[in-house]
Amino acid sequence: MIKKVFKKSTLIASITALSMATFGNSALAVDLTVYTAVEAEDLARYAETFNKDHPDINIKWVRDSTGIVTAKLLAEKNNPQADVIWGLAGTSLLLMKSEGMLEPYAPKGVKKLDRKFVDQSAVPSWTGMDAWVAAVCYNTVEAAKHNLEPPKAWSDLLKPMYKGHLIMPNPNSSGTGFLDVSSWLQMFGKKQGGWDYMDRLHKNIARYTHSGSKPCKLAAAGEIPIGISFAFRGARSKAKGAPIDIIVPAEGVGWEMEASGIIAGTDNLEAAKTLMDWSISRTAMEMYNTAYAVVGMPGVAKPVKYFPPTLLKKMITNDFEWAANNRKTILAEWLKRYDSKSDAK
Amino acid sequence: MSESATAAAGAAALIKPKTSKDDRIMVGFILVICLYLLITLAFPLYAMLSKSFSTYAFDLTNFEFQVNTGDGWSETFSAAAQNDKVKKFKPEDLVTSSDGRLAPTELFPDFSFRSPTLYKLRQVRGDTSYLFKTDRVDDTDWHEYSSNDFRRIVLRASADTGLDNFRTYFSTPALFRSIENSLFISILSTIITVSLAFGFAYAINRSTMRFKGLFKLIAMIPILVPSLLPGIALVYLFGNQGMIKGMLMGESIYGPIGIVIGSVFFTFPHALIIITTALAISDGRLYEAATALRASRWRTFWTVTIPGARYGLISAAFVVFNLVITDFGLPKVIGGQYNMLAVDIYKQVIGQQNFEMGAVVSVVLLIPALMAFGIDRYVQKKQVAQLSARSVPYVPKPHKPFDRICLGYCSLIAIFIVGLIAVCQYAALIKFWPYNLSLSLDNYNFKVMDGGGWDSYTNSIQLGLFTALAGTIIVFIGAYMVEKTNGFFATRSAFQFLAMMPMAIPGMVLGLAYIFFFNNPDNPLNPIYGTLAILVICSVTHFYTVSHLTAVTALKQMDREFESVAASLKQPFHKLLSKVTVPVCLPSILDISIYLFVNAMTTVSAVIFLYSPDTTLASVAVLNMDDAGDVAPAAAMGMMIFYTNVAARLIHQFVSRKLVRRTQAWRGT
Repeated sequence: MIKKVFKKSTLIASITALSMATFGNSALAVDLTVYTAVEAEDLARYAETFNKDHPDINIKWVRDSTGIVTAKLLAEKNNPQADVIWGLAGTSLLLMKSEGMLEPYAPKGVKKLDRKFVDQSAVPSWTGMDAWVAAVCYNTVEAAKHNLEPPKAWSDLLKPMYKGHLIMPNPNSSGTGFLDVSSWLQMFGKKQGGWDYMDRLHKNIARYTHSGSKPCKLAAAGEIPIGISFAFRGARSKAKGAPIDIIVPAEGVGWEMEASGIIAGTDNLEAAKTLMDWSISRTAMEMYNTAYAVVGMPGVAKPVKYFPPTLLKKMITNDFEWAANNRKTILAEWLKRYDSKSDAK
Repeated sequence: MSESATAAAGAAALIKPKTSKDDRIMVGFILVICLYLLITLAFPLYAMLSKSFSTYAFDLTNFEFQVNTGDGWSETFSAAAQNDKVKKFKPEDLVTSSDGRLAPTELFPDFSFRSPTLYKLRQVRGDTSYLFKTDRVDDTDWHEYSSNDFRRIVLRASADTGLDNFRTYFSTPALFRSIENSLFISILSTIITVSLAFGFAYAINRSTMRFKGLFKLIAMIPILVPSLLPGIALVYLFGNQGMIKGMLMGESIYGPIGIVIGSVFFTFPHALIIITTALAISDGRLYEAATALRASRWRTFWTVTIPGARYGLISAAFVVFNLVITDFGLPKVIGGQYNMLAVDIYKQVIGQQNFEMGAVVSVVLLIPALMAFGIDRYVQKKQVAQLSARSVPYVPKPHKPFDRICLGYCSLIAIFIVGLIAVCQYAALIKFWPYNLSLSLDNYNFKVMDGGGWDSYTNSIQLGLFTALAGTIIVFIGAYMVEKTNGFFATRSAFQFLAMMPMAIPGMVLGLAYIFFFNNPDNPLNPIYGTLAILVICSVTHFYTVSHLTAVTALKQMDREFESVAASLKQPFHKLLSKVTVPVCLPSILDISIYLFVNAMTTVSAVIFLYSPDTTLASVAVLNMDDAGDVAPAAAMGMMIFYTNVAARLIHQFVSRKLVRRTQAWRGT
């Protein structure tokens, strides 16, 4: 059996060698190690589209969920393994920047991007790709069973009828969870109002999940009628035939961007710059647009199926700097208020 | 007096066995394997321990200000002096983690971003930094800011060492409550599992019911699946869309109930093996005596059976306790809001990138695990031989009503075990639970899901094979050397101690310790980080103890005279080892390798921090897919692990039988 495994890997190695030789670029090809949190189902497509324009750069994906990629990058701080980050939460890139881990670089065409999607330093350390917007996934079948009315606003979710029918991600383990919490604080009041809202919401929450996409998938599976998650996930589940509606609460929704940056100290700086240039090109923006309704370059985005049309208008002016600087305090406060209480339930 | 002492010493020196060249070579081997265990176990744990003492705090003496309110620059004053003046932060407020931020405007009560005041800021030492509009400043120059800019400055914490992390841990109820939760779940699961397993073992050993072989097989199933698989099955059974959720009468499966049921499932076989062994070695004469004295069955049970099996029961209890308290997959999948220590480590490291606090929770988790291990060792030492040469094996007599009860009881447990596995397989084949119940293989299309696709499955098989191969060689050689060497008592006992250690180290803790140790660029072994090699090493070390004990037991069965004979025939030890010892011990060697293979296939906790994109694993994929909400594909992958392990078991059985026929013919019939 061991032999067989060995044989198989030799076979793969020889096929790879053969195919490299056939395309004749094996001598020129550069391997770029790219860390990403982009959904697994999109990765191959991204690399393919990129290779159409730059066949000489070979992308080696390192994919995991946002938390794990961030932890990995931080753990490797003094011995970086990545060349480029392409598609990780903006908050994580801010953290990398504060650790001095990013190589400042202004990609070609950076002026064409929406200002919100570019690091405001003289030479930007990161640029944004697309936005990842909070939304509520509402299972119509399960809601009907419990005689629920579809909520229209965040404040509706405080109604007693939703008690035990709501699920949201834990901000201490999920980026989406943190995005929800920080947007409520920005909308309803950073000192008091936001926390008051969450205090009341907490009474209705059945439980908090570790991952940000899970609430929507649970709602799609009917495990819970209402999941606070993000629009992208809802659209995907809806496309698969789940009986869900994607609701954009009236007060506005928090959002986070997927962003990219070059890791300081990379051996492949030229190739990394090429990738960064391409990552904000129109072609790339159109590529992101097949899955994300909001992208970094104004005027590119076409409506995406199953995405609610009001989404773009409802995005709040998110203060990422404030969110990053206060993340630690917010999470500690959240933990104190809701995680220790939850045992009693 | 002194004369006789010298004489005694002289005599002792005389009878001290001489060490031969062979012995020295063998001690060399022991030292090599000792070194292996030091590098793969002791050093990483040390690295983790030191991480737990590495703290972060805002060092206010390092930041100095000058203020200009329109009438020239003030004198330089430090942030610490300013803090003393306005009494804003208490020392404990300044303790934070690596991503802590402190706004200096907090130190200026009359600060307004509209005022024309100017501020200057510098750092005394160059080893800290602050952020201005998210830009990092880490020099020691003076920088001037308008008040509107000054509000966008945050100070960063600097590294230190101390007990602050532990202080923070024990002053955060959300964190330390997990200790209570973990203990509660572990103790409850232990009581239930040990009672159930005892009943099962009792039925198998003491009744004449039918289908014993089948029941034994079924009871071993949980060993072949990752511990989180029962969690997934429970969601399908008792979740909000569960098939039989009514049975919980409104209670939620997410939480203690789910964790306990799942824990009972996955620890059952471990307890059963130990208790069955304990019951099997009872002395039939005691039962004859009890019958002769007209003791009732009940009385015999309490005065003969239980005391006879007590060490087995204690041992089983500690094994189960350790398994439950250190398990991570199950509470992650079905624990809901119920915080447990092992999950806390994951949340700290992955959710908040707070490695230091992760290390602190690891140290906390080590304590109950080490205690359980220590007590178990102590109790085992007290055990005396139950079986003497004159013992008569107990042979159960048919007793119809009793046999019928046993059959019913075992059937219930078998239904529980098979049922959970069957639910997983069913779930894996359903298109979209609960809205589209048609069957399909869509969930096996792992490529479009998190977790690494089919690659993780082949990676897992590779990991299993390499772990089995490398592990068996290392463990057996280690056991052989320690068992058959003469002299060098200190080295051998040091080795024995190291070999027992892994049993007490939770996988999660080991994995985290590996990050700290191997991911250090100064470590010459750093290149193996992120490769399959580190996963193999971690798995071998994690499952070292049981393998080692199996090897030692097998070797103990071989009389030391083999060595004496070989020595007198001037045969080197390696010849004896390859020609006699290995063939004789072959059944145990095969047992060790299958044990390592199966465990490497199912483990989650030890490898969750160590896998890399090229080495994603099936067991981790189960966890990640479930985490992302792809529960059905998670079940599908879990079942792939199950079938692979069943196949491995079958191959193992086939190979054993063939080899045993060839190498064990001397045992006769």
